[in-house]
Amino acid sequence: MTEPRQKTDVRFSDALLAAALVAVDPAGLGGISVRARPGPVRDLWTGLAMETLAVDRPVRRMPANISPDRLAGGLDLAATLAAGTPIYAQGIIASCNGGVLVAPMAERIAPVTAALLAIAMDEQRVAPASAEVHAFDPARFGVILFDEGEDDSERAPASLLDRVALHLDLDGIPISAATAQALDARLTVDEARDLLPSVTLPDEATDAVCAAAATLGIHSIRAPLLALRTARHHAALHGRQLVTAEDLAVAARLVLAPRATQIPPFDDEQPEPAPPEPEQDPEAGKDEQGEDDQPSDPSLNDIVLQAVRTNLPPHLLDDKTPDRRRTAGKIGARGKSGAGQENKLHGRPAGSRRGDPRAGERLCLYETLRAAAPWQRVRRAQTAGSVDPPSLRSKVIIRREDFRVKRYTGRRVTTAIFVVDASGSAASQRLGEAKGAIELILRECYVRRDQVALISFRGVTAELLLPPTRSLTRAKRSLAALPGGGGTPIASGLDAAWSLADHLKRQGQTPLVVVLTDGRANVTRDGKGNRPRAREEAMLAARRLMASGQRCLLLDVSLRGSADAALLAEGLGARYMLIPGGDSSRVATAVSMARQDLESTLR
Amino acid sequence: MALAFPFSAIVGQDEMKLALIIAAIDRSVGGVLILGDRGTGKSTAVRALAQLLPLVAVVRNCAYNCDPHRADERSCPAECPNKQLAHREAAMVAVPVVDLPLGATEDRVVGALDLERALTKGEKAFEPGLLARAHRGFLYIDEVNLLEDHLVDLLLDVAASGENVVEREGLSIRHPASFVLIGSGNPEEGELRPQLLDRFGLAVDVKTPVDIPSRVDVVRRRDSFERNRAAFVETWRHEEDKLRQRLATAQANLEGIEVPDGVVTKCAELCIALGSDGLRGELTLIRAGRALAAFECEREMTLAHMSRVAAPVLRHRLRRDPLDDTGSTARVARALADVAGAP
Repeated sequence: MTEPRQKTDVRFSDALLAAALVAVDPAGLGGISVRARPGPVRDLWTGLAMETLAVDRPVRRMPANISPDRLAGGLDLAATLAAGTPIYAQGIIASCNGGVLVAPMAERIAPVTAALLAIAMDEQRVAPASAEVHAFDPARFGVILFDEGEDDSERAPASLLDRVALHLDLDGIPISAATAQALDARLTVDEARDLLPSVTLPDEATDAVCAAAATLGIHSIRAPLLALRTARHHAALHGRQLVTAEDLAVAARLVLAPRATQIPPFDDEQPEPAPPEPEQDPEAGKDEQGEDDQPSDPSLNDIVLQAVRTNLPPHLLDDKTPDRRRTAGKIGARGKSGAGQENKLHGRPAGSRRGDPRAGERLCLYETLRAAAPWQRVRRAQTAGSVDPPSLRSKVIIRREDFRVKRYTGRRVTTAIFVVDASGSAASQRLGEAKGAIELILRECYVRRDQVALISFRGVTAELLLPPTRSLTRAKRSLAALPGGGGTPIASGLDAAWSLADHLKRQGQTPLVVVLTDGRANVTRDGKGNRPRAREEAMLAARRLMASGQRCLLLDVSLRGSADAALLAEGLGARYMLIPGGDSSRVATAVSMARQDLESTLR
Repeated sequence: MALAFPFSAIVGQDEMKLALIIAAIDRSVGGVLILGDRGTGKSTAVRALAQLLPLVAVVRNCAYNCDPHRADERSCPAECPNKQLAHREAAMVAVPVVDLPLGATEDRVVGALDLERALTKGEKAFEPGLLARAHRGFLYIDEVNLLEDHLVDLLLDVAASGENVVEREGLSIRHPASFVLIGSGNPEEGELRPQLLDRFGLAVDVKTPVDIPSRVDVVRRRDSFERNRAAFVETWRHEEDKLRQRLATAQANLEGIEVPDGVVTKCAELCIALGSDGLRGELTLIRAGRALAAFECEREMTLAHMSRVAAPVLRHRLRRDPLDDTGSTARVARALADVAGAP
């Protein structure tokens, strides 16, 4: 037990080191993304990190649903109304100048917010919506993103992740390993700040870092840039004027490794294969394969690459498919742009209408004031004669008929989730047809702007092969690599569909689950070959899906129709259709009919 | 941060740089769509270009970026508070580059009733939006493919007509809004509606350089820029001045560039061979070719110019099977070889 203990120690002390590195110059490194669920370990880190970061610097918290004018600054409506003259308020970004912006629930950041932050980080200034047209507020700041996403589909916006140097993952660190740790007292942030401008890089450092980034399949050019700056910060923290191999190794471990999309070829043996359940605890024995920090070859390139391997993202090691990370990137945070930040009603915001906000609809303050504005003089004149306390004279007079509430319209996005049985002998043909059907449906979606997703189940588990997308480029690539063969874990497939559908519903989309199978379950959720139990589990999973109110369609792809499939359809409350061999054009027709049904019931 | 990264210091990305230059020389080309990964220097390039262009004279603090020397309807809207020529104070400013953030409201983009004046003075006045700010400059939209469709429609419309017409909330306003629309995005994250693709004049694909030496170059330059902006800009000043001069000359000479009939015919043939709809392809091809000729200090547009701009002008205009988008660049090249006999 001493091994993993020691390892998590390293992760936590790395996390503390990250805070110190950023504290030297937050804007230089962009900041930190911290992937962790709320808990004692995160609290502990936050406490220690803020202690380091907040010295002589502004630290501001930004709620995920912040409005653009509070973010960038603009007219302070309340103060303006009270004073009767325009009063401008600085936005959160500008108030962070020289300091740090803290974003809890970063996975929920609205696309607008992310875009504004990204621009401000690039430009180091922000344009408030003020009267002065060509005015900018200076804004040199770093961000700390607390990413509480459940899985890979919920992550902080990719545009921000790309701009923050350090990506931490605190999940799975036992509290015992985190307590009693403090930042290395030898690291002096204050002195490092003064030293930083004079720290120089050896020439070959840039080459080594760029080469490592290329080997790791990191596309963004920001990654090597941030890694070099991290190295510089690290050198400054240690009072060095010249960046050494050690600084570069730390930078590679903290900046490059978490961004890797492919495993670099190491000289010695590959990491051992994944345990059967990847999401249980993949870090358990693998991501810290070698603690051997003694490289046999002292070339800088090797030092950098060796450093990287101790901190590679766990999923890379059990999944050789490149680009998985990139594809998993944006789905969660993107939602429907604009509507994501409104919580009760979904759809595209489409202006406002007259209405009573007490009926549960959201008051649109801006529109309400706008509706009231033209009448102010008239109303004031009307009330002038009557009892009118002078304190009210400068206030805006709003009447009931001015109330405006937000209106949302728009076709909801339908996402067809294909759950494809990729097991056994008929697999290759069935898969081929499913692919054909998905392509046909995509063709239609391309014009309608709907989405498709693909879950395949086979062997012992189910896998989300194509996260919801309307991108043809991506769909085609995922489809090309659709494997087949093995057992039939129907329950796992339906579970995956349930959680994806649930996720989409939360974003205000309408999922439609399309199951292609012959219904002959023979693998249980825990990956055992036990036919009766597998059937039972499949049935339970089906009922759960039905209970969640999910519309389903079951396409029986066996040659003569199977009783199992019919039974499963009943469990799902799904329409059952026999499509021998899963002929792609018939599947496509069936799906598009089901979708039209679904939409007509929603209207 | 007055100093932006120098345009000439951008490593590689030749096609993107050329497309931006062409769009800046002849604003009627119709904007550029840049598709590619994150961190490929898309926004760097746009900002860098803007500072290369000659400063523009505007009325100080005018929300419409009015020209101080003109007061006709086309250049100064009726609502402009700086209508009186005598009261105008001129200022030379850099060509404006306005960022349109994702999810910006329609109000903010087109402008809306000025709430402040309405409330405090009881006046019905127009508060100009981002479109007015971008007048005579560039409007840059990162992740244009994620922008709400109705906004994209609106933007393309204004970009094409050069005028923003607002008819809402009792306001009836029109003001000039002539800007070069630059959109960028990553097609992996959602595609632009096909109907909108060909509204952009030029389309380029950008990729992070894959060979290590050029990546090293990019990182080195960027790093030394970040560390000492003034010194870095100074090192590149000569290059920048040369390019600035060339751009100014090209803009001045654009009118005089001849396009021989033979070249026009070839342009038409090329568009027919590729089956691009409408005449927009030919027109853009000729305009872009002419701008290129002006940039190269030549007097007339040749087939060589046409060949060089053919890919960015046409690759997004091909009628395509949505599932077979492989090699639209290759298709252009093939048609080009057939038509022009070019290599």
